[in-house]
Amino acid sequence: MAKTKKGQTKITIYPDWCKGCGLCVAFCPGKVLELDPMEGCAKVVREEDCINCGFCELHCPDFAIVITPKDSKGSTEPNEGSPKS
Amino acid sequence: MTAKRNTPKEIFALGAEAVVEGALLAGCSFYGGYPITPSSEIMEGMAARLPKTEKGVFIQMEDEIASMGTVIGASMAGRKAMTATSGPGFSLMQEFIGYACMTEVPLVIVNVMRGGPSTGLPTSPAQGDVQQARWGTHGDHSIIVLSATDVQDCLQMTVTAFNFAEKYRTPVILLLDEITAHTREKITLPAPNDIEIFSRLQPTMPPEWYKPFEETVRGVPPMPPLGAGYRFHYTGLTHDDHGFPTSKADEVASAISRQFRKIDQFFFDIQIVDEHQAEDCEILVVAFGCVARSAHLAVDQARELGIKAGLLNLKTLFPFPRGAVEKVIGNCKTILVPEMNMGQMSREVKRVNDGRCKVKTLNRIDGHIITPKQILDSLRKG
Amino acid sequence: MAEVTQLIHNYLRRDKKFPHVFCPGCGHGIVLGSLIRSVHALGIPKDDVVLVAGIGCSGRIPVYVDFNTVHAVHGRALTIATGIKMANPKLHVIVIMGDGDALSIGGNHFIHAARRNIGLSVLVLNNFIYGMTGGQCSSTTPQGDWSTTTPYGAMEKSFDLVELTSAAGANHVARGTTFHVKTLDKLMANTLTKPGFNFLEVLTPCHTQYGRKNKFKNPVEMYKWLKSTAMPLEAYNKLAPEKRGDRIPIGIFQSREETPLEVSYENLRKQLRGAKS
Repeated sequence: MAKTKKGQTKITIYPDWCKGCGLCVAFCPGKVLELDPMEGCAKVVREEDCINCGFCELHCPDFAIVITPKDSKGSTEPNEGSPKS
Repeated sequence: MTAKRNTPKEIFALGAEAVVEGALLAGCSFYGGYPITPSSEIMEGMAARLPKTEKGVFIQMEDEIASMGTVIGASMAGRKAMTATSGPGFSLMQEFIGYACMTEVPLVIVNVMRGGPSTGLPTSPAQGDVQQARWGTHGDHSIIVLSATDVQDCLQMTVTAFNFAEKYRTPVILLLDEITAHTREKITLPAPNDIEIFSRLQPTMPPEWYKPFEETVRGVPPMPPLGAGYRFHYTGLTHDDHGFPTSKADEVASAISRQFRKIDQFFFDIQIVDEHQAEDCEILVVAFGCVARSAHLAVDQARELGIKAGLLNLKTLFPFPRGAVEKVIGNCKTILVPEMNMGQMSREVKRVNDGRCKVKTLNRIDGHIITPKQILDSLRKG
Repeated sequence: MAEVTQLIHNYLRRDKKFPHVFCPGCGHGIVLGSLIRSVHALGIPKDDVVLVAGIGCSGRIPVYVDFNTVHAVHGRALTIATGIKMANPKLHVIVIMGDGDALSIGGNHFIHAARRNIGLSVLVLNNFIYGMTGGQCSSTTPQGDWSTTTPYGAMEKSFDLVELTSAAGANHVARGTTFHVKTLDKLMANTLTKPGFNFLEVLTPCHTQYGRKNKFKNPVEMYKWLKSTAMPLEAYNKLAPEKRGDRIPIGIFQSREETPLEVSYENLRKQLRGAKS
């Protein structure tokens, strides 16, 4: 298996939305995140070790953590309205 | 039967069948129900007729609560929807009636009253659900309650019920009784073009600017169907103009007041009363449903005997037609309220009368109709 | 896996206050994320989606998302959803309920909706407790567990939702968890597309009202429990019964292609109106 490249992402955590449940911290394979004892929410401590597995994004119940690949081209536009018939 | 009818037609019909005809004429295209004597004929009629129409849907549900749920959902999806039941089922429906009031969903609920309380007298008439129709569901709410006197009325008041439901975005309860639902009479089916039909207002602004529960100039917010491009939130929680739950004091007060104002502003339209010889009466009979038929004959017989009797046949029970009563009690000494219960409409009459006249009650709760003779005897006594 | 959260943000209602009301570590937000991802991946327009929710913590999900949303009365979301689907079968009607809402007060509606195979996508977020009202036991609280109304341990057996729904006649029956999110996404897509009554039980932790009263130190412990307890159905079936212990199978349990009710009714109409003319 090819070695997964690390450090290809930018990680943003929104402190207003993070409730400090600790899920992302507990299950991150790269130990990239920690809970800040003063703020009570998660923070990025080793962004360069992120392997972009997506666990934190998929599991954050509060949509507070955003993983953006450094070479992002993806579309995040929603399916507005109805299809034109 | 493929050609559309353009002329009136006479038919010999049960009261229940007249309700079905009225509903279809009014544009009802959804029925969800549960069998209960003496209302099942309405459901059976809709089961047979609806799938033959262009988009009619019928579904029998597992209980009356589910019946209410489906008609509410169908109305939210844009249909004119109806259900029918009797006492025990009506009790089960109360929570959802309150939900329909809070979410302002147009609906018609027919209650064919039978002897109560509880299982009561399933195959005999009564008028014991009057106050329940007004206040059965918890909390402060406005509601419209109508009644029908004969089989032609069953058709007409069903049409009226749908029109009020659509105009005022409210559940409307049509109270019948076992006698009227199970009587067969010759009636006239009006030509579809001859009756006035109302449908709920639609939004006149783009979706982003639409507020589903806003106070509007017309007094009733427009109501787009689900899926039409206007995405918003329905909830039974007290909510703001957007439909989002709120517990802020000013928003709660405003929301509940608006729901009352929505009905209060239109008493002149909603309160339907038939007067019979009431202009100069000295003894007034206030009656509704099948009892009004007995009262009609009794009043005529009393007049022949020189008694100045008059009748108010209440087609609208709630909001109670205070104005109609006050208009005619000027010369009255007595108001007689015959009803097949222990005194439910008489409470309203006494409240509005406010001590002016003597209010006499004539109650019958044995599963039989109050006869013209019973009313005449009471009129003779004065 | 990129930009998943940004996608979710684009489906959330802008004029609602965030963070949402759910407790730290509650799985409901994870289910909502999975639902939004699936709706998006399937290309379903927002206008075609109706979310109908019951009362309880899971009932608070729909208000946050920009679909047609209905917050029903307790236990009766399926009845409103049935009316919506029968009135307009083109809509994708998704029902979200908790275990108490769906299986206790709503139990009768649940079995009948499954029996009549009405075309709904039904999510039951099973957190084994009545969360919103303060932690009373529900019909899925495991026997022996503590709750405010079973302070000496739950005496009654709990429902197996998969068995119940399968027996009631649903077309599709599946179970997932809020830990196994990639599996959940696949199951969710299945739940949104297959015709008929399409049921997905999601095991989701409630630390506040259940977990911390039943020996889980924190929300993360509950997710670790899900990780170690849930296993794919195929592997579960291969295990000898005596080795299964407390393991819970997840995956697709029943998949049938019986005609949904709304389709049958439309066929009846065509038949009656075709015969007339």
